[in-house]
Order: sequence, then C-alpha cells, then structure tokens
Amino acid sequence: MQTKQANTQRILIAGFGGQGILFFGKWIAHAGALLGKQITWLPSYGPEMRGGTANCSVILSDDAIGSPIVHEPDVLIAMNLPSFLAYQPSVCAGGEILYDASLIQDTPAREDVCYRAIAATRIASDAGLDGFANMILLGAFLEDCLPLTQAQRAQVLSQVVPVHKKHLIEANMRALSLGREYAARSESKAEKTRLHPRKAG
Amino acid sequence: MAKTVLMKGNEALAEAAIQAGCRHYFGYPITPQTEIGAYLAKRMPEVGGVFLQAESEIAAIHMVYGASCAGKRAMTSSSSPGISLKSEGLSYLAGSDLPAFVVNVQRAGPGLGGIQPAQADYFQATRGGGHGDFRNIVLAPASVQEMASLTLRGFDLADRYNMTAMILTDGTIGQMMEQVTLESAEPTAFEKPWALTGTRCEREKHVITSLYLAPDELEQKNLSRFARYARVQRAETMVETYGMEDAEICLVAYGIAARVSKNAVAAARASGIRAGLIRPITLWPFPAEALANAAEHVRQFLSVELSMGQMIQDIELAIRCRRPVSLVSRVGGMIPTPEQVLLAIERVARGEAI
Repeated sequence: MQTKQANTQRILIAGFGGQGILFFGKWIAHAGALLGKQITWLPSYGPEMRGGTANCSVILSDDAIGSPIVHEPDVLIAMNLPSFLAYQPSVCAGGEILYDASLIQDTPAREDVCYRAIAATRIASDAGLDGFANMILLGAFLEDCLPLTQAQRAQVLSQVVPVHKKHLIEANMRALSLGREYAARSESKAEKTRLHPRKAG
Repeated sequence: MAKTVLMKGNEALAEAAIQAGCRHYFGYPITPQTEIGAYLAKRMPEVGGVFLQAESEIAAIHMVYGASCAGKRAMTSSSSPGISLKSEGLSYLAGSDLPAFVVNVQRAGPGLGGIQPAQADYFQATRGGGHGDFRNIVLAPASVQEMASLTLRGFDLADRYNMTAMILTDGTIGQMMEQVTLESAEPTAFEKPWALTGTRCEREKHVITSLYLAPDELEQKNLSRFARYARVQRAETMVETYGMEDAEICLVAYGIAARVSKNAVAAARASGIRAGLIRPITLWPFPAEALANAAEHVRQFLSVELSMGQMIQDIELAIRCRRPVSLVSRVGGMIPTPEQVLLAIERVARGEAI
C-alpha cells in the first residue's frame, strides 16, 4: 500500500496549533467536494490542539474512501520543524513535501520526493498579510496539486470562511494568489527539486 | 428535500436527531463528543426544542427518562467514562420499557483513560450496560452518512420496541468530516398510549415504574421483554458484506476498524488473497446468521478491533467455534494501520499463526 493510487490524493497538513492547519485541510476538502470527489477530513484533536502540534488528514478520491487516516501522504504540508522531521520519512515515493522555508531551515533528506520550499511566513509578512502563511502555502499547493479556476477558488472561500469573518475573504484571495505566483515562479529555481510535482488524480 | 454537505460525524448525528423530531437533549460535555452538545445548543432553540446541560451525566440520563415518560423523543450523548455513569439510568429505562436514544462516542479506557478513539465499550453496550437482564439496540456507524441515517433509524427503533437505541461509535467517526446527504422527511409518528400526559380527571392514571415487588409479576415482565427482544433479533439485524462471495479469510470489524479493514481487504485481493469483510451495523442484535453462513466456506476469521478482544467472543459464539478466530487490534487510543491488518491476512494466507 506504499504505492500511489492514481485516483486518490492523500494529504497531511501539520504544524503548530493556531497556524490554520485545520482550515487548510477544510479548504482542500471543500475544493475536492466541489470537483466531485469523495473526501474525508480528519483533525488531530484533544491535547494536541490545546497549544501543541496540530495535524490534519485529508483524502480526495474518485472512489469510496476506506480509512480516513493518512499514514503515507502523497503530499505533506509542513508548517513547523517538528512536523517536517516527524513526517518527512512517511511521505510515499514520488510524493511532494511543501513547507514553510521561513520556519524550517533543514536540508531535505529524501531523494525520491519533490520538495517545494516557500518562505510563506516571510512572504505573508512582507505583503502585510500576517497570519496568512497557511493561505500562501495553500496557493502553492493548488498550483502544484489541485488546479482550480478563479471562480472555483472564490466559491470554496465563500463556503469555508464563516459569516463573521467575511471581511477576510479578500485577504485570503490575495494570499492564495501570492502563493500560486511564487510556486509558478520558483519552477526554474533551486527552491524546487528536479522531480516534477504531483498532480491530483 | 435532500442536500449534500460536508459535516463532522458528531454534527451530522446531531442534525439527524433534529430531523428525527427529537426536541429534548440532555447532556454533559466530554471529549470526543462535545460537538453534539455544541451543535444542539445552537439548533434546539431554533426549532423550539430544549438543550439542557445537566449537572452530571447521571442527571442527564434521568432527564431523558422523564421526557420519555411524557412520550417525547429524548436523547443524551457522552463518551466512555460518562456512559459508565449513565448505566444506572440505562437499567431503569429498560426496566420501565421506555424508548431512549443514547450516543457513546468511545474513547480509550478503562477509568478516565485517554481521549483518542477506542472500541473497548463493546461488552458494556451489547450486554446492556447496567444491572439486570436487558439489552440495548446497538448501532455502529462507519461513516458520517451513517451517523445521520442510523440516528434516524435509532429513534424509530427505540419507539417501535420501547427500548434504548444506542449509537456506539468512536472519536474518529465523530470527529471526521465527509459528504453527508441529509433527508428532511417528516419523522415517523408513534402512538404512545402509556405516556404520562395528565389525566385531566378523564382517565385512569398511568404508572411507569421499574419496581415490581411480586416476583411472579416481575418474572412475567422479564419474559415479555425478552419476547420483544427476540422480535428485534429477527427483524432488525443489519450487516454489510464486502468481498465475501469467495472469501477464505474473513475479517469482522465495525466502525473505524471496518474502514481500515476495507483497505486491507482491497490490498489483499489485489495480491490474489481471497479476503472479505463482514461489517456488523447492529452490534446487538449481532449478525450471527451472516457469520454462521460465512463459516461454511471461510477458513479463518480475523476480528479487527480497537480493544483487547471483545467482539471476538460474539464471533466465536456465532460460528460455534467451528473455525479459528484471531484478534488483530490496537488499544489505548491507537488505531491499526491497513498494513498491520494486511500483514495478519498474509500470515493467515501462508498458514502461519498470528
């Protein structure tokens, strides 16, 4: 079961509580549903959520999904060093690790996965978007793994942003666009490894 | 009209309770089922219902008893340690032949244990959970959709058979989000001529009690209750089978363990091993007939559980120990991986002991 299944995308998002890890996952789940895929979204919960590490398993598939727990992700999104170190070995061969390079200054250890380093926290801060590093990374993820149209992105945002935070939709959109631009631009740079990023099934 | 949305299992269950016409929720918070109370705290006032956070789990189950006496659909929800506290109430509900809807989103035990998923309350749920001879109808959802559909069914079963219907699930199914289609249909109406609704001095008073000091009368109560239970066993057993047509190795699992097992069965079949899965949807009544039939052609059974081995006893009973049954499990809040289950299947296929 180590091998990738063409029609299934297993995603693990991990970081500190408060970085928007679960929201990141929720976003992908709604995007998957919009594309007509079966989805599961499973948060870590309990003491982990209360100030420590947080992680979130998301599966998108064209078929019925068995276990919702992601043990061997096709894509790992790491937003802190402990998560990067903990989950790097579990990513399946040919998968992708997308990480916040402003918080993680570690050398990639795997030869058989694609690394995508985005200095999301710094990019967000420079753009006056403090707190939107998760959306910068999400933009990069969408560019690599889950192509959506502008209208689809807007539709998902309207579904996942709660009513009392509607005023943040515009900032979310800007952060997403920034992330996508950085991902597209780094295509030829050393920030991305020689392997091609995975596209969602 | 039906609409498909993404919801957490706990929330889908709570919304389905509203759809089932439940307007009385009594509970006390505990992880990992808190979303049920949180959701109903918002929703009940919108539909003119009662959300009440009781002073304790024991108080909450007895509030359910009271509301049920009045002929109303009522529910409570908790997680393992809280269900232990409710066990007195479960016994009184059974002794009074009252319908009730109870949810156990299991966490690891014994004692306060941990807050991660477990299936170690199987004995407690399927054997009644309190003192005296009684059973609960125990429903085991394996998806967010079933959290909703089995809730609707549970309320109906409770009213049809005047007994407790319990959802026995776990933290994973409760916390996970999936697509769910919520049907908004009119809830089934049940006549409750026994309800305590006030005589208005126009009829004889109704009495609902579990106290019968005359042993012959109490014996008759027990006998007629068990005649009703036999009807439940005949009519209400639910089971899903997967890959069982030609299976030599049969996994038996419910809830989250069944989802993990499905991955393992698919992987085993891809490598040419004839494995299959029997998933009990009702844990009581247990699908004994499906197991007994499978024992005709199955060589070996594997009980996949998040416990030290509880359902395995019902499997052995169902097949009269005609075939070997082995346990594949993780406990304490750990969940077996599909690889662990597949490994067990492969060992059995090679004729090795587990």
